[in-house]
Amino acid sequence: MDIDLITNILYAMIRTGTPLLIVALGELVCEKSGVLNLGQEGMMLMGAVVGFIVTLLSGSLLLGFILAMVAGVLMSLIFGLITMELSANQVATGLALTIFGTGLSAFIGSEFVGKPIEGLDPVFIPVLTDLPIIGRMLFGQDLIVYLSFILFGAVYWFINYSRPGLVLKAVGENPHAANAIGLPVFKTRYLAIIFGGAMAGLAGGYLSLAYTPLWAENMSAGRGWIALALVVFASWKAERVLLGAWLFGLASILHLVFQGLGFAVSPNLLAILPYLATVVVLVILSSNQTRSRLVAPMSLGNPFHARG
Amino acid sequence: MKRRQFNKLVTGLAAGVCLSALSTLSAQAADPLKVGFVYVGPIGDHGWSYQHDQGRKSVEAEFGDKVQTTYVENVAEGADAQRVIYNLAKTGHNLIFTTSFGFMNPTLKVAKQFPNVVFEHATGYKMAKNLGTYISKTFEGRYVAGYVASQVTKSNKIGYIASFPIPEVIRDINAVQLALNKYNPEAELKVIWVNSWFDPGKEADAANAMMDQGVDVILQHTDSPAAMQAAERRGIYAVGQASDMSSFGPHAHLLSVVDEWGPHYIRTVKAVMDGTWEAKANVEGMKEGSIVIPGFNESIPADVVTHAKELIAGIKDGSVYPFAGPIKNQAGELVVAEGERLNYEDLEKMNWYVEGITSEIPK
Repeated sequence: MDIDLITNILYAMIRTGTPLLIVALGELVCEKSGVLNLGQEGMMLMGAVVGFIVTLLSGSLLLGFILAMVAGVLMSLIFGLITMELSANQVATGLALTIFGTGLSAFIGSEFVGKPIEGLDPVFIPVLTDLPIIGRMLFGQDLIVYLSFILFGAVYWFINYSRPGLVLKAVGENPHAANAIGLPVFKTRYLAIIFGGAMAGLAGGYLSLAYTPLWAENMSAGRGWIALALVVFASWKAERVLLGAWLFGLASILHLVFQGLGFAVSPNLLAILPYLATVVVLVILSSNQTRSRLVAPMSLGNPFHARG
Repeated sequence: MKRRQFNKLVTGLAAGVCLSALSTLSAQAADPLKVGFVYVGPIGDHGWSYQHDQGRKSVEAEFGDKVQTTYVENVAEGADAQRVIYNLAKTGHNLIFTTSFGFMNPTLKVAKQFPNVVFEHATGYKMAKNLGTYISKTFEGRYVAGYVASQVTKSNKIGYIASFPIPEVIRDINAVQLALNKYNPEAELKVIWVNSWFDPGKEADAANAMMDQGVDVILQHTDSPAAMQAAERRGIYAVGQASDMSSFGPHAHLLSVVDEWGPHYIRTVKAVMDGTWEAKANVEGMKEGSIVIPGFNESIPADVVTHAKELIAGIKDGSVYPFAGPIKNQAGELVVAEGERLNYEDLEKMNWYVEGITSEIPK
């Protein structure tokens, strides 16, 4: 393997990991508030289709990304209303949201299959892009990838070092106690759900506007589910979500690169590598049973009844 | 599971509403021939099911109100399919097309229950008195694509994004390699298996991984146009699959090997109307208009286009056949002797690579 190849692999690793990272960060914040939203796939697809249609009609990528996020938010609000106001089961509601989003996006997008758009181009940061090996990977990407770096930093800081982050965690651990000391449980959970929706919408937009600039039914191909699993295996830690998403990206790319280089390894074996590698690494990281049980938000998946 | 049922419910309801509306309308007029289509995927895949649905539309365009078509998409292969096919037969459809390999046994079972309904199953091999099969010879198009690729490549590295190691895919990879062997033995064919028929992200990743390794022409046996787009971005060539993908890569698009199901559907509907239909295995290709190469990239040298067109003409009149001997396998053993040809039954079972491919078929 020469330097160029390694540079390209690292570059592709980040690109492949980015949609997963964005969705997973949104879901992480959502789950930290005690809300388990399994509707990621549906919200992503809605983001992807809305972003694509808006960009196709308006010619503006920015508008496409913004409305992709709005679509994700609207989808998450449906989830919020049903689980918060009606105290419905979160798992069932989330699954329904995925089914709904998959079908609705296919319905809305049926007229837009097979239409091409100009996708988001990479922005090379001068000088830094030319650094050997890591230059392209960190400084030769498109704006959404840079945004994902910033989002990671923001979520990491928010959860670990900010006061609202503390409120978020308190609500996720014990909403009744949080409520008793006057913390706004409903508001916090709503905001977390909305953030999750916006991230899923953004990731969907990234797929249909930058990663593969086209719309096709079910184009997210299970990435929402992978992101959900990442959050669990990352034991609800932002830095491990980042690690997991990029690791998954790396393994996905390696499996293709090795085949191209003619390694005599079964492609089927290589195809499970991303899943295997990600799970193994994250399981090892969170192997301490008692500790990992402590990191899962205590009230995850439980509806909160008491109001006012 | 749930989504499929939901889709089916919606399709079923819509079909039901349309049917009842239409049947009252057409009560006075001559009864139209009711034609049903069963698709394995969504018609929005811009690939396999999409092309079948284009075929359905051309039937409607050809026969107008003499036919009435119904389709059910996203039908799972297996027991579910049998129920869908049964319902179509039960609701008075005279002709039913089932368009995926896994619908074979369900179609056969329902065909036995409804001897007066005509069934046609795509890509299978089981037949009955009222059940025929049809399949298109995609390898004819691949061979031409392989020839063009062999002429335009500068790096002598050609990439092939493959889905699953089934005979149909292996056969088409072989068709490309045979074209390389004949027209540019220096060229190397890199095969990458993505284990999916449809995953735009993964297909684009595979295309990029190939380009990183110097590939400058990409062929694919997967259904999304993502690889075409990736090729366009990096200024190399690619060949479209199943549907015309030129809009995804105005510069990259060398040609597309398009499955046109319309001609077969129109012929079959006509035969059923005239009472001349009989159950047979319809293996159709360029000659019958089922495999079409709609156009060539303007940047391909004129003599290459000319020869490609000669190849197409030769395939149509039978003088050119990709799987004509001598053909050797990877070990260099002669499998098809000079003067012999692999017939379609042999190709249906193809599980070996021809000489020149360096990688192994995944086990």
